[in-house]
Amino acid sequence: MAEPQTKPRELSYVAAIAEAVRTVMAEQPEAFVAGEDVADAGGVYGYYHGILQEFGADRVFDTPISEEGIVGLGVGAAATGCRPIIDVMFMDFMGECMDEIANQLAKMRYMFGGRATLPVTILSMAGAGASLAAQHSQSLEAWICHLPGLKVVMASTPYDAKGLIISAARDDNPVIVVLNKMSLAMTGEVPEEPYTIPIGEANILRSGSNYTIIAFGRMVHEALAAAKQLEPLGVDAEVIDLRSLQPFDGAAVMRSVKKTHRALIVHEAVRFGGFGGEIAAQIQELAFDYLDAPVARVGAPFSPVPFSPALEMHYVPNAERIVAEAKQQLGL
Amino acid sequence: MSTEITNDVLLDMHRRMVRIRIFEETAGKMMENGKIPGALHLYVGQEAIAAGVMVHLSNEDYITSTHRGHGHLIAKGGEFNYMFAELYGKATGYCKGKGGSMHISNLELGMLGANGIVGGGPPIAMGAAFSCRFRKTKNVAVAFFGDGASNEGAFHEAANMAGLYKLPCVFVCENNGYGEYTPQANHQAIVDVADRAPGYGMPGVIVDGMDAVAVYEAAGEAIKRARDGGGPTLLECKTYRYYDHVGVRGMGLSYRTDEEVEQWKQKDPIMNFEAHLAEQGVLSADAAAAVHSEVRQEVDEGITFAESSPPPEPAAVTEDVYA
Repeated sequence: MAEPQTKPRELSYVAAIAEAVRTVMAEQPEAFVAGEDVADAGGVYGYYHGILQEFGADRVFDTPISEEGIVGLGVGAAATGCRPIIDVMFMDFMGECMDEIANQLAKMRYMFGGRATLPVTILSMAGAGASLAAQHSQSLEAWICHLPGLKVVMASTPYDAKGLIISAARDDNPVIVVLNKMSLAMTGEVPEEPYTIPIGEANILRSGSNYTIIAFGRMVHEALAAAKQLEPLGVDAEVIDLRSLQPFDGAAVMRSVKKTHRALIVHEAVRFGGFGGEIAAQIQELAFDYLDAPVARVGAPFSPVPFSPALEMHYVPNAERIVAEAKQQLGL
Repeated sequence: MSTEITNDVLLDMHRRMVRIRIFEETAGKMMENGKIPGALHLYVGQEAIAAGVMVHLSNEDYITSTHRGHGHLIAKGGEFNYMFAELYGKATGYCKGKGGSMHISNLELGMLGANGIVGGGPPIAMGAAFSCRFRKTKNVAVAFFGDGASNEGAFHEAANMAGLYKLPCVFVCENNGYGEYTPQANHQAIVDVADRAPGYGMPGVIVDGMDAVAVYEAAGEAIKRARDGGGPTLLECKTYRYYDHVGVRGMGLSYRTDEEVEQWKQKDPIMNFEAHLAEQGVLSADAAAAVHSEVRQEVDEGITFAESSPPPEPAAVTEDVYA
């Protein structure tokens, strides 16, 4: 007898994160969750809710507000046989623990001649748009992508959040999973069973013939909206969600650009010195002869994230700005 | 001298100290004559601390070290061949020539690395101590650091967390009186780093870091407390480095007097220990000389091994970045 037709299960981004953490904790006895307010409070955004009750205080525990200590705990524990899941509540706080991330976590394996393994997963929240101002809103992925030894992924959907976190935790390298606070409530299809998303593989979300938009994190949705708006102008945009910045799926980007001959990169981070500059440089190195226009970039202006909603709405890139940039690039 | 210490332990500590001293004196020479690239921070003068702590540890116990880290690895059982090869930047070194003096390590010996970042070790040791308990072992982690590092936030965060969680962690401060070139009086308002221990809910103990037996006894107590679930200890060892912060000059330095150096050398951890051992009938002068001679032989072999080892292949530059 045929199974009754059921709609695919929908889950919020925040619930997908929680499900991924539970999955990892259940399958890896060496895993533990450490961070500020992750246990009793269930995390400031609630995605550790119930983890303490399910796995116990030995494996899920609150730390002091000591980011350097927390990441250091992860480094020392990982080097000696554990698989820590470390919460750095806001990505902005990486300044507090950057020595542990940049000089210890990222480099220990190399400095030791490959004789150390550091399976640390760091979950951290980025993203502007909630009037949390300059120190709770940044997208600082460019900082960490510059550090050999780390892997960096950014989840744009609930599906990706679950799959990327499980992949990160199963990886034997340090992986920083950058989440977006403005995406927490978004819902999407999330299978109940565990699944992974290969780290280093981009996702083609929309196929197109004459334009490529490369995005990651929450900007993926703005890129998709922009692609729709560009359609009537004769622009048939392919939208690529990188999902993984380090390693970066250059092959997927080049395949697309060689087909469409025009590319735009959008990220939420400050445009100057952002990861988009690396992508643009690689496109001109590897696909210069295929280009019919200079590579365009959309990012935040060169300022800290402002507080006032009236200012912040002009700060965070959106579909309208992507369209405007594309029109300028293409002379439309 | 305590009667509880067996002669075997005394001889063991003696050999560990002599191994450190001769290794370091030789490494310094090899840096001077250009055979060892980069910069060496020599441990000479501080040997009693590494020896007195490490005799309590097994390979399953962890340590983190400092930029002045050769002594810690030697006392933890580091083999000269692989240590010299690492300092020479050879493929046969402990870290395949990728770490060098400031990152020399051997996880099989429980040595989680020298560290080029002052204060880099304590958070990692705290994490290793957490791991020991999480994995339900009876092992401990020891963080070595200096008076200079005791001003880094990393130390304070690690100490607070170790105290809070009552981790099997021992913080061994090697107070040699200088943070790089700055005398302690110019870098902190306190004289005893151990004073900081109560702020983190742990005992602070001060010990003569030039006296291996004193270190042995204090470290033994701290390590036992850690193993038994009693939580961390801050053990401050008052010591001195004979050479400059970096390199092999000892005298004529602008930031300290030669008289001060001479005074500390009167307390030399090896010389005085050997006199004591002779007096106790544990180790005669001839037997001590034989230990020195054996260690010199070991050093010579290490140098030969390092010099005859191949450099890493160019392709190794980008290997070992990821697992």
